[in-house]
Amino acid sequence: MATAVSVLPAQQLAALNDAYRKAVARKRLKMMLAAAVFLAALVVAGIGAEVNLRTLFTYFGNFVSYFDRILTLDNGQRVWTDVGEWFWGWQKWLKLLAETILISYVGTLIGAVLALALNFFAAQNTSPGPWLRFVVRRLLEFARTVPSIVFALVFVIAFGLGPMAGVLAIAVHSTGALGKLFSEIVENADMKPVEGVRSTGASWLSCMRFAVLPQVSAGYASYALLRFEINVREASVMGFVGAGGIGQELVVAIRKFYYSDVSAILVTIVVTVFVIDITTGWLRGKLFGKEARA
Amino acid sequence: MSQLPKPDSQALRTKYPDVFERPASARLATPLMLLAAFAVFAFGLYDLDFSPTKLVSGLRELGWITLMMIPPDPGSSLPTYLSALGETLSIALLGTTLAAFLALPVSLLAARNIVPSAIFRFPVRRFLDSIRGVDTLIWALVWINVVGLGPFAGVLAIAVSDFGAFGKLFSEAIEAADKKQVEGIRASGGSALHEIRFGLMPQVLPVIAGQVLYYIESNTRSATIIGIVGAGGIGLQLAEQIRVLEWQKVSFLILMILIAVAVIDWISTKLRFAIIGQRAVA
Repeated sequence: MATAVSVLPAQQLAALNDAYRKAVARKRLKMMLAAAVFLAALVVAGIGAEVNLRTLFTYFGNFVSYFDRILTLDNGQRVWTDVGEWFWGWQKWLKLLAETILISYVGTLIGAVLALALNFFAAQNTSPGPWLRFVVRRLLEFARTVPSIVFALVFVIAFGLGPMAGVLAIAVHSTGALGKLFSEIVENADMKPVEGVRSTGASWLSCMRFAVLPQVSAGYASYALLRFEINVREASVMGFVGAGGIGQELVVAIRKFYYSDVSAILVTIVVTVFVIDITTGWLRGKLFGKEARA
Repeated sequence: MSQLPKPDSQALRTKYPDVFERPASARLATPLMLLAAFAVFAFGLYDLDFSPTKLVSGLRELGWITLMMIPPDPGSSLPTYLSALGETLSIALLGTTLAAFLALPVSLLAARNIVPSAIFRFPVRRFLDSIRGVDTLIWALVWINVVGLGPFAGVLAIAVSDFGAFGKLFSEAIEAADKKQVEGIRASGGSALHEIRFGLMPQVLPVIAGQVLYYIESNTRSATIIGIVGAGGIGLQLAEQIRVLEWQKVSFLILMILIAVAVIDWISTKLRFAIIGQRAVA
């Protein structure tokens, strides 16, 4: 199959080639400039964060040997040779793990209920007044931006040490995160049913209950389950500041160099997170169809 | 007003049996689920030592704390706080960049269209999953043991935990890439590396850049909290001031964090618009 490729006259070609090279050169220059700015930012950041590559090289062996040590039992054997000895505290740890999951469950539920109560005020199409909307939005933004562990630090002082502070911290943070997501679902809801209900003389509350809620409840539940998944991870570190759960045990093990305990607790946390991820993924797929799983 | 004819309920019942005679299991499913959810909730409240008196006294205490936070006042330590904030931003930037550079080659190994064999892909994916299953704070504690207290441990902690997240996100971006360009390179005689460099990377890099920018933003938040365990930055100051009950300084620090996050949010949104266009910023 012979095809003829037509070649432009040299003069025309030269002009085109010239323009092409110029365009490429301009693009390259832009890229180089961006890369230079980025590199400069990295160097400044490196100085700011006291990065010391020599420390890293000297101590990188420590990182490797740290994992070597946490995988070694007190008697010098590898941990998996004696699982009973490795997970010697499994009864205590399972109890704390259950507490961790319970903290995230109760926290997520409180957060979801509060978000449910607030989100209609934050959504553009259902809010009774712009002022109320502004206030609720800023409130949610605040609850979302302050990390839950900071709330936990403050709550530990106000409510005392213990899981209650952790639950409330997770609840506040979840209210902020879910409130935003919920109000976005409401903003995407169809407004025709609302008009229909309002035309019967219903109050604002009835409009929300009978026209909006049936459209959005599936989305709410899906997001709440997703949040529960995230909260299990967060609850696992609440113990670092004394707010309950398995984190307390982990931080003690790390600080006191109980090496094999560190790996055992980490393994239990990772496995739990896996199981919760898979279960909620399956549940969401089952409840809300495949597209909600993403 | 005309009266509607009275519906013949018997005929309706025979016509739509599944509406009128739903099996008990279907009718009871939702209430039972709600009841179970509430039972677990009630048990949780009991098991986690919730009590109304504790709640009330705690809320009163919280009210006092909030009152004492006003007005936010840094005292004489404003320069310290500003440099701590700079440290936090540095930690976020460096950690995310490091993670992105490390994750790019590994994500290729986890992508289905590059490594077709599930036997090779599976361990890489599980490895990334387990890294992601461990919280950044835990990584910070581990790195403090290795390189000592300070912001450097924070950089490494963010780098490691983001490495897991990026590995997954990047490999998903690579799997979503169009195959035609790759086939074009192969048709013109390119090697496997050429295919990746000229077929895949031009498609994938803008997506990756967008994700990295988003993570720099979210890591500004993470970087504030890893200070709580001693890995430098503004979180260290915050945790200290909370412990010594200097509430005006605490509120000032929280305000600083909120403003910094908002500014970074704004900048990275602008940059993402510039890199991948409005369409892809979801």
